[in-house]
Amino acid sequence: MDNESGNAYWAANIRLVTVLLAIWAFVSFGMGILLRPMLMDIKVGGVDLGFWMAQNGSIYVFLILIFVYAVMMNGIDRQYNVDEE
Amino acid sequence: MDLKTMTYIVVGATFLLYIGIAIWARASSTSDFYAAGRGVNPIANGMATAADWMSAASFISMAGLIAFQGYQGAKFLMGWTGGYVLLALLLAPYLRKFGKYTVPEFIGDRFYSQMARLVAILCLITISITYVIGQMKGVGVAFSRFLDLPYEWGLYVGMSIVFIYAVLGGMKGITYTQIAQYCVLITAYTIPAVFISMNLTGNPIPQLGLIGNDVGSGTPLIAKLNQTIQDIGFGAYDGDPPSYLDMLLYTITLMIGTAGLPHVIIRFFTVPKVSDARWSAGWALVFIALLYTVAPAVGAMARYNVTTTIWPNGVQGEAIAVDQLPQWFQNWETTGLLKYEDKNGDGKIQFYNDKSEAMKTLATERGWQGNELTKFDRDIMVLANPEIAGLPNWVIALVAAGGLAAALSTAAGLLLAISSSISHDLLKSMLMPNITEQGELTAARVSMAGAIAVAGYFGLNPPGFAAQVVALAFGLAASSIFPALMMGIFSKRINSHGAILGMVAGIGVTLAYIFAYKGMFFIPGTAIFPASTPEYWIMGVSPEAFGCIGALVNFIVAYVVSSVTAAPPKEIQDLVESIRVPRGAGVATSH
Repeated sequence: MDNESGNAYWAANIRLVTVLLAIWAFVSFGMGILLRPMLMDIKVGGVDLGFWMAQNGSIYVFLILIFVYAVMMNGIDRQYNVDEE
Repeated sequence: MDLKTMTYIVVGATFLLYIGIAIWARASSTSDFYAAGRGVNPIANGMATAADWMSAASFISMAGLIAFQGYQGAKFLMGWTGGYVLLALLLAPYLRKFGKYTVPEFIGDRFYSQMARLVAILCLITISITYVIGQMKGVGVAFSRFLDLPYEWGLYVGMSIVFIYAVLGGMKGITYTQIAQYCVLITAYTIPAVFISMNLTGNPIPQLGLIGNDVGSGTPLIAKLNQTIQDIGFGAYDGDPPSYLDMLLYTITLMIGTAGLPHVIIRFFTVPKVSDARWSAGWALVFIALLYTVAPAVGAMARYNVTTTIWPNGVQGEAIAVDQLPQWFQNWETTGLLKYEDKNGDGKIQFYNDKSEAMKTLATERGWQGNELTKFDRDIMVLANPEIAGLPNWVIALVAAGGLAAALSTAAGLLLAISSSISHDLLKSMLMPNITEQGELTAARVSMAGAIAVAGYFGLNPPGFAAQVVALAFGLAASSIFPALMMGIFSKRINSHGAILGMVAGIGVTLAYIFAYKGMFFIPGTAIFPASTPEYWIMGVSPEAFGCIGALVNFIVAYVVSSVTAAPPKEIQDLVESIRVPRGAGVATSH
């Protein structure tokens, strides 16, 4: 792999990871902890959104994030022709 | 059939299964012993990782912690799952591509320094020993409680089982037993939770029961729980934590600590490809989430059940009479984990928060002389669940087997991390570089046996640091190993001086903060500040939450020192280039 394509591959990787980690931080530290007082009026069943995010919801989001990462990263590997043949 | 016979049969059957797997999955090379021959299917590895990760603390203690802490108990839920996102996105695929066997090996090679390797080995051993003692205690306690064996005997039996499959099979044997152990522990955890959720909310899915309505009154379960515990003077279940900042830092520390735990990281060395490491992290979290999303429901429902057992008609009615206590209450009283004391001699057990001012007035009015439920250990919450739900004996026996599976699977993973860092990093990489493959395999088996003996010794004589798993193990993993690994992958510029000084600074500030509140090396009486009094904590940050500050110090020191010293040599920069691309992972395995 030449240098230019290598740099583009790494940049694409960093972009993807940055977006996913921003969502990761927003649902857990944001909605689950710091923003909870502001979300008190939104209910998920019998609890407030912040409580649900902290005790259950963020875990589902974490799961989705890892699988999205696996699918997209494997795609980026193929696009830059660095996947495992 | 009586409960004890049933428990012996169920636990005995699971042990036979583990030994059978050990005989089938023997290791014949160092690659088998350290990385299960790198032939583990990603879904199977996910399941093994879940068992490796979920310890006696996750299985037995976590729901109870949440039950008593309410909303803020979520720091454990988010912290111990959110770390897998970091592991999947930032570490696992690259370390798999690196294609070697241990965490200190990456740190030593990437930072081209035996000093860096040694610091990593010391951190790994401290973390893993602290962690494994808790598992050994869990095994001993489970045996003594469910099988009526003395604690020591329980420990010896547990050690023998681990010895058989870990010494024979190394990572290979451990992987396949962990898969079996996962199946046992998740079944044992789920069945009582489903029945309890069904009883309280009419919904068999505990995750939905948590946000569902109480069957009797039709009000939301959590609102009903709030009212029930506030009536006897406790804070609301979904009330604010004492400090949102502390909760935030605590959660971050548990997340990056989780991502930096060596026994979890090495599980990702066992899959065939880099892309498998990515999938495998996702599958691991699927299997972990099956327990972690149920735990908050178990916690809330157990708290509700216990409170309404003692106050069957609410606080307006009378508390339960001593002679009407349910059987499970008496069973657990004999273990000493639950105690009551009829202080006012009325034959009833008044359970309330006697530190609450409002309750003091009510207590005088009604002739109560203090809270009479004097001890309620949080571990009872999960262990007594099947009895509280009135489930048959085989479910109780299964919970015993589940607790043992959780403790043994985590112990085995930790012991492998310890023994491979001794035989591979200390012997092969530092002291005896010319050791043969066969010699190293023998050394690995001997150090495994040694590690089991050391863990057993500490299990019998727990030192002061044994109880500090969260502070010490997660603090160290967060402040030293996670930053070193991440910088090693994401920066070509961090050099050996930066990495070593960064790790030392990170560990230094973290240990200083922990020791200042919990005693120098946890020796009682040597603390500078009282540990359990938040007003002494700097900005309300607890010692357990400090690891992420240590990590920040590590990053900053490593960056500053590296920028004023020479860049790493060309071959190291090439190494970083090569671990960043998946192609060629197969080649790198030939060691």
